[in-house]
Amino acid sequence: MASWFENLINSIKLMFSDLAKEFQLNFIEGERWRWLLDGLKNTLIITFFSVLIGIVIGVVIAIVRSTYDKNYVDMKKRSGFGAGLLAFFNSICNVYLTIIRGTPVVVQLMIMYFVIFASSTNGTMVAIIAFGINSGAYVAEIFRGGIMSIDQGQFEAGRSLGLNYIQTMIHIIIPQMFKVVLPTLCNEFIVLLKETSIAGYVGIADLTKAGDLIRGRTFSAFMPLIAVAIIYLVVVMLFTWLVGKLERRLRKSER
Amino acid sequence: MNDKNIIIKVKGLKKSFGDIHVLKGIDIEINKGDVVVVVGPSGSGKSTFLRTLNLLEQPTNGSIFFEGTDITDPNVNINIHRQKMGMVFQQFNLFPHMTVLKNMTLAPMKLLGKTKEQAEQRAMELLAKVGLAERANAYPSQLSGGQKQRVAIVRALCMDPEVMLFDEPTSALDPEMVGEVLDVMKELANDGMTMVVVTHEMGFAKEVANRVVFIDEGIIMEEASPKEFFDNPKNERLKTFLSKVLI
Repeated sequence: MASWFENLINSIKLMFSDLAKEFQLNFIEGERWRWLLDGLKNTLIITFFSVLIGIVIGVVIAIVRSTYDKNYVDMKKRSGFGAGLLAFFNSICNVYLTIIRGTPVVVQLMIMYFVIFASSTNGTMVAIIAFGINSGAYVAEIFRGGIMSIDQGQFEAGRSLGLNYIQTMIHIIIPQMFKVVLPTLCNEFIVLLKETSIAGYVGIADLTKAGDLIRGRTFSAFMPLIAVAIIYLVVVMLFTWLVGKLERRLRKSER
Repeated sequence: MNDKNIIIKVKGLKKSFGDIHVLKGIDIEINKGDVVVVVGPSGSGKSTFLRTLNLLEQPTNGSIFFEGTDITDPNVNINIHRQKMGMVFQQFNLFPHMTVLKNMTLAPMKLLGKTKEQAEQRAMELLAKVGLAERANAYPSQLSGGQKQRVAIVRALCMDPEVMLFDEPTSALDPEMVGEVLDVMKELANDGMTMVVVTHEMGFAKEVANRVVFIDEGIIMEEASPKEFFDNPKNERLKTFLSKVLI
């Protein structure tokens, strides 16, 4: 047999046994795969709850801002007090949007952890609040765009039946808005999921931090970092697939 | 005329959009059972007039009494009064994310305290009346224009209104579908519903209205019975208008 062929086989064998050794070292030894699993759990918990906070903040701000944009002039004529209150809330929303969108999320996270909640030991909770407040600003603008894109006639039809402003929003405008914004909203969640990888800055053992901790212990970078990347990728793909299914279901009424 | 019969009373109604004065002082009384058709050239303010009646447009000046209450008063809860004023739009404005039945039952369930069964029973009665019972579970996008407008009419009727306001209900329809919508409106008029209709359908005005109103340049230029209105117009502008639309 030709010796070059044996050499090739041998080097492939060596490579695989190296990989197997690496795998053994990084994930099996000391049950280090559990670190990744715990990290993933933290990442998903932080993402899930900040998404919820973000949506709640987003809906409220979007309603305030679009109400102001559409109705302020009319309201001023009808009732001075209501209009003044609306203008006040609108300006608070604007300040919030300006600050949150104008500063890096990692700085916001550190301010939350080391300044505002300096006495708290629950890092995950602080991260959820920081990412939720951050995401809320972006989601608010996505929702506002969605609300403004709904035909004014829909609004008038609701009001002409006698539904009040809030009822019209809840039953008629917001459900239609969600369908419009779903792809953009999905994008925002993907961004948020990956953004939580900076949680390690404040000592939270999220997925990225877990990979980094393994690297620090084993002095081997390739395996843990690739593993972390693959896990993020799989989660995002899974999420995208789910949203796609939801979108198709929502589109049923258009056919 | 007995005051009790007056359902809507409009006094000195003015509406401006910035510097543009659309309505320059409208006075009219609408009685129970009236079918008032409002005609006029485009841009005359007739649609704006109709939309101020249920305060979709906030009047700049003047007052609107609905069943004796001045609804332009900021302290009045307009939502209560809107429940009794059904409105039909040129663009139908059905809710696209709901089935026909859901479109019709939403408001009665939320506002009249009806149960799902009660609301659906009433909705099905009305759908059957306009020949659309078998489309109850369809989505608006699956309906033709004429069907959409018939659904829009019965959606408003589900609230058992005292008055129906029609804002050019046939203007967005293909010609062959105008008839089916007008038939529903005729039937409604025959049942004694009070109606205010902004339209370009002169045939409907002649046949169904008991009063025809000509609005131009933001004021009521002429008001008469249909016969008088079409056979013996007095206002010069109305004569010009009729000569253009009645060919």
